[in-house]
Amino acid sequence: MADEATSEGGGLSFHPLDQFIVKPLFGDGPIHWYTVTNSTLWLALAVLSVVGLLVLGTRGRAIVPSRLQSVAELVYGFIYKMVEDVSGKDGVKYFPYVFTVFLFIFFANFLALIPMSFSPTSQFAVTGFLALAVFISVTTLGLVKHGLGFLSLFWVTAAPLAVRPILAAIEFILYWVRPVSHSVRLAGAILAGHALLKVFAGFAQLAPAAPLAILGVLAIYALEVLVAAIQAYVFTILTCVYLKDALHPHH
Amino acid sequence: MADNVAGAEAGGAGMPQLDFSTFPNQIFWLVVTLVAIYLILTKIALPRIGAVLAERQGTITNDLAAAEELKLKAEEAEAAYEKALADARAEANQIVEAARAEIQAELDAELAKADAEISARTAESEAAIAEIRAGALESVRAVAQDTAGEIVGAMGGSADAEAVAAAVEARMKGAS
Repeated sequence: MADEATSEGGGLSFHPLDQFIVKPLFGDGPIHWYTVTNSTLWLALAVLSVVGLLVLGTRGRAIVPSRLQSVAELVYGFIYKMVEDVSGKDGVKYFPYVFTVFLFIFFANFLALIPMSFSPTSQFAVTGFLALAVFISVTTLGLVKHGLGFLSLFWVTAAPLAVRPILAAIEFILYWVRPVSHSVRLAGAILAGHALLKVFAGFAQLAPAAPLAILGVLAIYALEVLVAAIQAYVFTILTCVYLKDALHPHH
Repeated sequence: MADNVAGAEAGGAGMPQLDFSTFPNQIFWLVVTLVAIYLILTKIALPRIGAVLAERQGTITNDLAAAEELKLKAEEAEAAYEKALADARAEANQIVEAARAEIQAELDAELAKADAEISARTAESEAAIAEIRAGALESVRAVAQDTAGEIVGAMGGSADAEAVAAAVEARMKGAS
């Protein structure tokens, strides 16, 4: 960091995007597909958090739950109800997949709030893969379940007949845009927030601006805590909505 | 550090997210992560939490049923208590009523007895008074005859005893 700052020749050094660089955890070699990177470390910590909350937290199997167990049950109930309410009763059998997605994003988001951490959910590779996985599986599910009847998703029978072809075209385009918006929303929110944190932290290097900058960091951090939860929620509920479209394509 | 920055810059205008050379790595580890979470959930966590929730639901249902039963019992007990109380009250009233009636009867009998005695005594007294009055009348007559006889003797006449008696008798009749 220090040599980069001097190489730019100023007292201030802004590297708000350096935190998103994927680099090998051990050594400096090239990144192969199997290389253990900082991303791998924080993904693994997310898995450990899931184990900590949902396995260690519930190991008592208590009728009257401990604190951690009630949190685990609360999260379970929250997502279960979300799937049931949004996707319908027949969506419940996909609950483990939805829950996996939610827990991963939730813990990745919150772990990313630890200073010096790496945020996998700010990576388009990660959110793009998640969104594409949802898109492909949901579309496949819809086609398998309803065959060509799945296309009635684009045929809005509530609208007047004359408008329907136009609506169908719009709906069809919107459908293909889904994975893009789905993934960019999450990565964008996390990326922007974390970059902003770094920018404010950069201003803290200037003594006169430091108090304001630190207050800014505090405020943005508080906002990021909210965003971490909300983005996990949004991604999950959208997954449920897409799942509902696949299960019940008829408007 | 330096070659990483260079790599990022090579990837896309300094935005590490667009460094496609790291994509296979990221996606590989992401898939590993997701599969790990999925397996942890389906093999351990979800069945366990589901079982705990079901068990709790069962326990709560049982407890509610038990509570309902106990409430019914309590209501029954309360009804029985109320009934016992009402019975006892009625019995007490009955006993009080009976006692009062008995006492009234006794009182009436005593009063009648007393009245009878009083009237008997009164009659007795009246008889005695009448007797005394009759006795007194006789005495008055005898005294009057004697006195009249003596007065007639003292006046120098010889008193015919029968005439005196008749005169006294006449006088007394007139007086009375």
